[in-house]
Amino acid sequence: MPGLEGPRGSEIIAAIKAAGVTHVAALPDITTSAGLLWPLSKDTSLKLVRLSKEDEGVSICAGLSYCDVRAVLLMQHTGFLDSMNAIRGIAVEYGLPICMVVGLLQKEPDRPPAQSARFGVRIMEPICAAMGIDYFCIEGSEDVARLAPAIERAYATSRPLVAMIGRTVRP
Amino acid sequence: MMRRDEAFRTLAELRGDAVVVSTYTSAFEWMKAARSPLNFVSVGVMGQASSHGLGLALGMPDHKVIVLDGDGSLLMNLGTLVTIANAAPRNLVHFVVENGCYEANGSHPIPGQGRVSFAGMARAAGFAKVYEFDGLNRFAAELPEVLSVPGPVFATLKVVAGDPPPQDYELIHGPGVRAAFRAAIRPFLSRS
Repeated sequence: MPGLEGPRGSEIIAAIKAAGVTHVAALPDITTSAGLLWPLSKDTSLKLVRLSKEDEGVSICAGLSYCDVRAVLLMQHTGFLDSMNAIRGIAVEYGLPICMVVGLLQKEPDRPPAQSARFGVRIMEPICAAMGIDYFCIEGSEDVARLAPAIERAYATSRPLVAMIGRTVRP
Repeated sequence: MMRRDEAFRTLAELRGDAVVVSTYTSAFEWMKAARSPLNFVSVGVMGQASSHGLGLALGMPDHKVIVLDGDGSLLMNLGTLVTIANAAPRNLVHFVVENGCYEANGSHPIPGQGRVSFAGMARAAGFAKVYEFDGLNRFAAELPEVLSVPGPVFATLKVVAGDPPPQDYELIHGPGVRAAFRAAIRPFLSRS
């Protein structure tokens, strides 16, 4: 669909590197699989920690943050919802810079998350708002520029971040 | 079976400057046995001690990280065994303190009490080295090896509760203990 192309994975990888991220904890998500996770998994300058479940990633990123090592947790929005208690306790209540890049499975490319017909997608922003989590949505390449400053802000303020991916990431 | 407090006192003697991640009842017991700013407590989200330990182990790869997990806690995050084995941090030792029950929540039995083999699961997950201890003498004798072989290492400690430790929730939940931990590991980060 012209004009509704998703971001490029190379742009997202460059953005997280620019923010000083060296580790990525991840579970595959079809929105980001081909364009982001596969290229990222071949990038030897990033350490990929393959997860069995998403809430492990919250804790792994927390442990790394105590060591002044920056990390991103890459997952699908269903994994975010499944990890709610870990995000509540570790990221929000303990105030840690858990930076989550969250693919919005089946979000319509021409609608913002709040207007999606998919219930799980539609509730993402209200949940983040209710928990006081900084969030925004990357729909296309023009939005990727917000990612590095948002990660920097998360670490500067020791607060979690959710960067949603609203369209399929292009290789 | 050995008493948990005796096992922890034995570990405390050899702990050196290792980071120790504990959780729930093991945290109270460990704090009683070995108060140190290098203790990190994983509470508030059950099952996550080993994942915190993995993050710390990856973040300070030249420093020993010890996890004191519970059997009920491990059941809530069993996939961690595969994740840790795959990440393969050589500096991580994952102890599971097996008392067969959810001691912090009324001592109800865990599913599979007395039948489940956590050591068997760790072997199948691909841990580099797996130990099982049910007596204090052999634990004390083999502990130096457990703490020195390249990891990731997994060890079960089959225990009964000792004297009840004081339950100071501020000590395990309070922001002060996390701030102290962050400051305490800083000298080791520059060497990692």
